[in-house]
Amino acid sequence: MLQFSFWDILSNLLIATQWTIVLSLIAFFCGGIVGLVLLFMRTSRIAPLAWFTKIYIEFFQGTPLLMQLFLFFFGIALFGVEVSPWTAATLALTFWTSAFLTEIWRGCVESIPKGQWEASSSLALSYIEQMRYVILPQASRIAIAPTVGFSVQVIKGTALASIIGFVELTKAGTMLNNATFRPFLVYSLVALIYFCLCFPLSWWAKKIEGRLNVAR
Amino acid sequence: MSYKLQFAELLPYWNVLLQGLVFTIVLTVVSTVAGIAVGTAGASARTFGPAWLGRVVAVYVELIRNTPFIVQLFFIFFGLPALGLKLSETTAAFLAMVINLGAYSTEIIRAGIEAVPKGHIEAGLSLAMTKWEVLRRIVLNQAFRKIYPALSSQIIIVMLGSAVVSQISAEDLTYAANFIASRNFRNFEVYLLVALAYLVLAILTRAALRALGRVIFKAR
Repeated sequence: MLQFSFWDILSNLLIATQWTIVLSLIAFFCGGIVGLVLLFMRTSRIAPLAWFTKIYIEFFQGTPLLMQLFLFFFGIALFGVEVSPWTAATLALTFWTSAFLTEIWRGCVESIPKGQWEASSSLALSYIEQMRYVILPQASRIAIAPTVGFSVQVIKGTALASIIGFVELTKAGTMLNNATFRPFLVYSLVALIYFCLCFPLSWWAKKIEGRLNVAR
Repeated sequence: MSYKLQFAELLPYWNVLLQGLVFTIVLTVVSTVAGIAVGTAGASARTFGPAWLGRVVAVYVELIRNTPFIVQLFFIFFGLPALGLKLSETTAAFLAMVINLGAYSTEIIRAGIEAVPKGHIEAGLSLAMTKWEVLRRIVLNQAFRKIYPALSSQIIIVMLGSAVVSQISAEDLTYAANFIASRNFRNFEVYLLVALAYLVLAILTRAALRALGRVIFKAR
């Protein structure tokens, strides 16, 4: 019978951790891009765009991420397209991330004093130019801390991709547990690895936040 | 798309869905009450308790906040029996939810406590109130008023997160969805319906919490 030593378990988990990191990075960056587009739509003066974004955000913030994964996994298949757990997980996590980032960033944009909008529009800047040259450079300073903080939620969110069969850290943990029957050890290690990924980010987010408060 | 959605196929399973919905609601309510109790104790211990206790609470909070809920759930359900603590899937689900919300609410409530001016506590003590009276009537009273909105959104996040307990076969709404999908293979229909049910539940919970807040913290 095949035996797993402690190091076998750990090294297998670490290999799977790479996929957790890759999936988190993709979800975070694609989610950031989609989120930025949505931010422009959400804060624009064109009512239908703002409404669409509002409903989009309500849906992705008001339903469980697990349901969204299932919907993408089974929903795309209805079009007769083969869906890999990869595609479904990437899409669901991207849209989920974008909804939260849009809301976070909207808060930052709205915290910019109204005078900035009025001054820039009196200089005949268009909406896009106002955002690009006046609002976003100021808002992005405030946005860093909560955005870094949210990246922790993204990493934790990727754990759910294990349920639709994406082999990342949590799925590897389940598979190793089935092979070794040492659940306490395996899940302790899984939790520890997640902690090592997330804690530095949480700590960093808190530090940036503290620095901003001092400046004020 | 040549596929036609067939929601009618879900009708025979309405009672399964209802049972799941009730489980999810009960799970959320119970873990909210117990989780906030844990959070209040944790936050009080961290701000007013001895240093060692504060550190223990800090470790608990950081461990929970920096690991995924599903891993916590698996650890409790699969890992603890190895130490001789065997839990049913329902108990494990409740326990994991309380531990999870407990950590988040500790951090939220602590922020509220720290926003209470020192002078208020000193004033209370100088009026010969006991430590407990000061904590209850002055500190927590003001803290909860301030953090109520943050706590409300955390409750909704935890409610949505509870979908994961289906993975240890605790019979919540998502479990019901999985069950129905495995019977009639109308995966998309059932998950769409259940996703909308969660959405309605989230909107109603938000409204209910807002109304409750208005009753508890009547404007003075």
